[in-house]
Amino acid sequence: MRHSTFKTALTDRTARHFIGVLFAATLLAVLCNQLFPADSALHVSSYTITLMGKYLCYALLALALDLVWGYCGILSLGHGAFFALGGYAMGMYLMRQIGDRGVYGNPTLPDFMVFLNWKELPWYWHGVDHFWFAALLILLVPGLLAFVFGWLAFRSRVTGVYLSIITQALTYALMLAFFRNELGFGGNNGLTDFKDLLGFSLQADSTRVGLLIASAVALAVAFVLCRWITGSKLGRVVLAVRDAESRARFVGYRTEHYKLWVFTVSAILAGIAGALYVPQVGIINPGEFSPLNSIELVVWVAVGGRATLYGAVIGAIVVNYGKTVFTGLMPEAWLFALGGLFVLVTVFMPQGLTGVVQQNWPKLKARLSRNTDQETSNDCA
Amino acid sequence: MTALDSLRETFRRDQVFDFMRQGTRPVLPGQVDAGKNILYLEDITVSFDGFKALNDLTLYIKTGELRCIIGPNGAGKSTMMDVITGKTRPDSGTCFFGQTLDLTRMSETDIATAGIGRKFQKPTVFPEHTAFENLELAMNAPKGAWHSLFSQLSGEQRDWIEQTLATVGLLDDRDKVAGLLSHGQKQWLEIGMVLMQKPQLLLVDEPIAGMTRQEVERTGELLKSLAGEHSVVVVEHDMEFIRSIASTVTVLHQGSVLAEGTMQQVQNDPKVIEVYLGE
Amino acid sequence: MGHRICRLAFALLLPWLCSLAWAEAPKNSTTIESATTADPAPRDLHTILQPLTERSFDKKEAAIRQLAEQDSPRVVPLLNALMDRDLLHWKDQDRIVLGKKVDGDWQLYDPVTEQPLARVGRRDARAVVINNHLRTVINNQLALRSLNSKNSDERYQAANQLIGNLDPDMLAALSQRREVETRSRVLDEITTALNIAALHSDDLTTRLNAIDALGSDLHPTVKNTLNQVLRQSDSEVEKAAARKSIDRIEARIERFQTADTIFFGLSLGSVLLLAAIGLAITFGVMGVINMAHGELIMLGAYTTYVVQQLLPDSHEWSLIIAIPAAFLVSGLVGILIERFVIRYLYGRPLETLLATFGVSLILQQAVRVIFSPLNRTVVTPDWMSGAWQINPVFSLTFNRLYIIFFALTVFLALLTLLKKTRLGLQVRAVSQNRNTARALGIRSERVNALTFGLGSGIAGIAGVALAQLTNVGPNLGQSYIIDSFMVVVFGGVGNLWGTLTAAFGLGIANKFLEPVAGAVLAKIVVLVFIILFIQRKPRGLFPQRGRAAEE
Repeated sequence: MRHSTFKTALTDRTARHFIGVLFAATLLAVLCNQLFPADSALHVSSYTITLMGKYLCYALLALALDLVWGYCGILSLGHGAFFALGGYAMGMYLMRQIGDRGVYGNPTLPDFMVFLNWKELPWYWHGVDHFWFAALLILLVPGLLAFVFGWLAFRSRVTGVYLSIITQALTYALMLAFFRNELGFGGNNGLTDFKDLLGFSLQADSTRVGLLIASAVALAVAFVLCRWITGSKLGRVVLAVRDAESRARFVGYRTEHYKLWVFTVSAILAGIAGALYVPQVGIINPGEFSPLNSIELVVWVAVGGRATLYGAVIGAIVVNYGKTVFTGLMPEAWLFALGGLFVLVTVFMPQGLTGVVQQNWPKLKARLSRNTDQETSNDCA
Repeated sequence: MTALDSLRETFRRDQVFDFMRQGTRPVLPGQVDAGKNILYLEDITVSFDGFKALNDLTLYIKTGELRCIIGPNGAGKSTMMDVITGKTRPDSGTCFFGQTLDLTRMSETDIATAGIGRKFQKPTVFPEHTAFENLELAMNAPKGAWHSLFSQLSGEQRDWIEQTLATVGLLDDRDKVAGLLSHGQKQWLEIGMVLMQKPQLLLVDEPIAGMTRQEVERTGELLKSLAGEHSVVVVEHDMEFIRSIASTVTVLHQGSVLAEGTMQQVQNDPKVIEVYLGE
Repeated sequence: MGHRICRLAFALLLPWLCSLAWAEAPKNSTTIESATTADPAPRDLHTILQPLTERSFDKKEAAIRQLAEQDSPRVVPLLNALMDRDLLHWKDQDRIVLGKKVDGDWQLYDPVTEQPLARVGRRDARAVVINNHLRTVINNQLALRSLNSKNSDERYQAANQLIGNLDPDMLAALSQRREVETRSRVLDEITTALNIAALHSDDLTTRLNAIDALGSDLHPTVKNTLNQVLRQSDSEVEKAAARKSIDRIEARIERFQTADTIFFGLSLGSVLLLAAIGLAITFGVMGVINMAHGELIMLGAYTTYVVQQLLPDSHEWSLIIAIPAAFLVSGLVGILIERFVIRYLYGRPLETLLATFGVSLILQQAVRVIFSPLNRTVVTPDWMSGAWQINPVFSLTFNRLYIIFFALTVFLALLTLLKKTRLGLQVRAVSQNRNTARALGIRSERVNALTFGLGSGIAGIAGVALAQLTNVGPNLGQSYIIDSFMVVVFGGVGNLWGTLTAAFGLGIANKFLEPVAGAVLAKIVVLVFIILFIQRKPRGLFPQRGRAAEE
């Protein structure tokens, strides 16, 4: 019986191990980046630091999806939309920070607006030059969209495949909308050419390191938060909703409220992931809304293993590392590999990597202990 | 004429204005205004694509009564349960819980909160939770999302759960995942869950399927002991079992009540004999 | 109830469109072609051409008129040559010849026989000079010849060109022609031309009659001319009449534009129908989410391309071969997908969705590797290009027309297959209750594979149709998959009639929104509408009810 509070979630074994490994890896990378000179064999390049930061953002996104899919059974094919919205909110802030250093040198209007011959800033661009306001948007916009969308969907009991398909339609519609210049988010090209964040230059190595650390901290906090949620009674109700929704309803739970709660929290986490992602890659464009991205995200979680939280993180890092390696070595083969991964995981490995390890763990353990038993008996003899 | 009708409707004596009516929102459990009867089903009709699953069904359940409902397959027993618990909306007719709660306008959740517990024909428990957790989830406690996030089990609640586990004979399997329980154990667990809801009215659909002789007896005992404090409606096929527990029996046929009375009376009713034995 | 109304509305819509079209079709289809050219004694063309060597434009005009009266196949080419400055005065021989510039020299040909004559220097021959007046004369003469041609298409063209022409000779010719013309299509054009001419008459009544008569004429010149009348006329009566006629014309144009939008909507709808109908089977009947459906469409399109490459000489017929070929290719791939992937995932729709998505990535990439990522173009056969020009503002392009009929044919064939054949019965049985069907001796495995193959094969056929409308590329399928899902879900899963209604409904709605909101916004609006709609009615327009649907 787990009855967790935020404190117990912070101190339970899984969380301790997770945070330990996460921080150790981050710290190691940062130290190797800062301490060793560029020509040393132990040096970790800034490129790698940024790559790691990117992976951690993906991991946070995967964590968010695992919360709704693994625990609540809502397969969202539109989580990339929340990620992208968080990213756009951050991008707007970064855009305003450029100030008059843009190509056209306009102090208030971002370059693309000058290019489109706009005379003044659209109303929704006001205020984003303050970081606190942008941060608020990063939380609110994805959260609000998820809340409204979820409220409509869950209230009318859209479930399963239908829900998946309309979430996909949602991100598709957003993608089409963001491709339009008239919407005021840079159309095709999106937002880019960022200069600095909170006064730190985005080109500087120290900022990159800072962003990596921020991503690691965000991931750790989110992980503990998710542990807390899934370990609480709320988590058990959510699981009950996933397994037997109508029973949960007949027991007296408003299942739509629970789903909505989890969906919204998850969307906010996805938004934070997007906001951390954008300054590290230096661009946000409507391609992030593409349904393909959202569905690729699903496969990270599936590969890692659902409903374990750390499985999602592992999946995101493993698949993306694979992607980096593959696209470097043989770019044509990546989509074959990804496609194959979808099929293999769903058909042969429905529990994912962590599931395979967990299933075989008792056997492994037994074999190990048998070996030691034999050794001891041999010793006795 | 129509104006007169709507005027008449507005000033019906048995009804206050719509916006003043209670029942669209649930009251807290225990606030059911039960008089002599706890459940009023009147002229309920449900049809699926022309097939009438319930046909002008009228049925009253007395407060504290143990009522058995029998009937051949397709008589509408499960549909009746669905209507009471809000899963199916009737095409016409009224369904009141106590004097004030209009069940046809409440959601499943509200109905459950108002004090109606249901055990399904096919035992449905939460398969990935332990027996203990199943009961904890079913427990009569605040059920909002934020509340659940911060909720901690008190010692009393823990005792209560364990008491119930003992009642349904699952104390030894308390930490076993419910999906791994045997069919009979799942039946018991579901009954336990319904008990944890502290309902005013229990709807029990085929409780003894998959149970051993002994378990059947214990179920009978349990149901009988529940009556009085709670009102219980049992749907069952097993005549033996019904005879052992029944006070009043209602026979459903083709979506409406065919006969009602003691087991003796019902068994001697020529209409019932005809339905069960054919011509 | 709503169900029936929609079906009825659709049934009524088609005949209406057809009747609109019919009203404009020839009223009299008898083909009495008559050439009524007055035929003077044939004269030697050389002699007639000779005056063109002179400087006097009057003499040239006389020569041109004389030439035009000749009944010789050479007349039109010669007049055209004169217009194009290819008719030369060969100074040495002092005669008129045809000439072509070759390396700065003139290659001369006989104007009548087209035999090569000689090759002379640049300065030894000079193009016959004509002025604007002569150009008008030539044009009129050419039109006049075509107006009296034996070919009704040529007559139509000529009459059409003469609209707005005020030359008295031409008007006389038109009036003459009106007496003998039998084709209503040509007659309409002549009437329009004469009515426009009548607008310039001095007699008010004639003008008013003409204005009234022009009130239903869609020729673009008519509206312009009437507007001119509106601006220039001194008479209030005439102005009022002109305004009334313009209003009538505009109302009529609007009606036809609506019809045009509906036509485009129907054609988009039939594309959606073709794309969605296979999905309706795999998703609706089998409960399997096939995200690779779009790629099966793409395979069909590529099959069309390959068939065309294999049969380079018979573009006209390769399409007919491509239809069964695409059905087989996509169907086989579908059966493979079912046997190797989906079979393991029945009853787990979300997993099916993911696995088939993986398959779609593989198929896409395979096509990229085999055919390159660039788009391929499929040649449209001649019988599918062109349009059925019903009137100046309304025409139905043949490819869209064919696709509408094709989609409906496929739909009806599928409906018949499911309702009337043994396979259909088995499919429906398996889809309703797998276990019972199996207990009754239906080999559900085989039925599953065949059903999936059928749905996939239809996707292939859809690909053939799509190849006629868009470029064939690896992303072809992707752009249709979400739309197809929307159609199936909107129409109600498992209901083919629902799919039909949803496809045409969404197609038409999209086309009506497009002019108002732009193509992208229209699409967004439709998507948002469906998202909201599903939330109101999660089971679509025509939901299945009853116990089975509860599961």
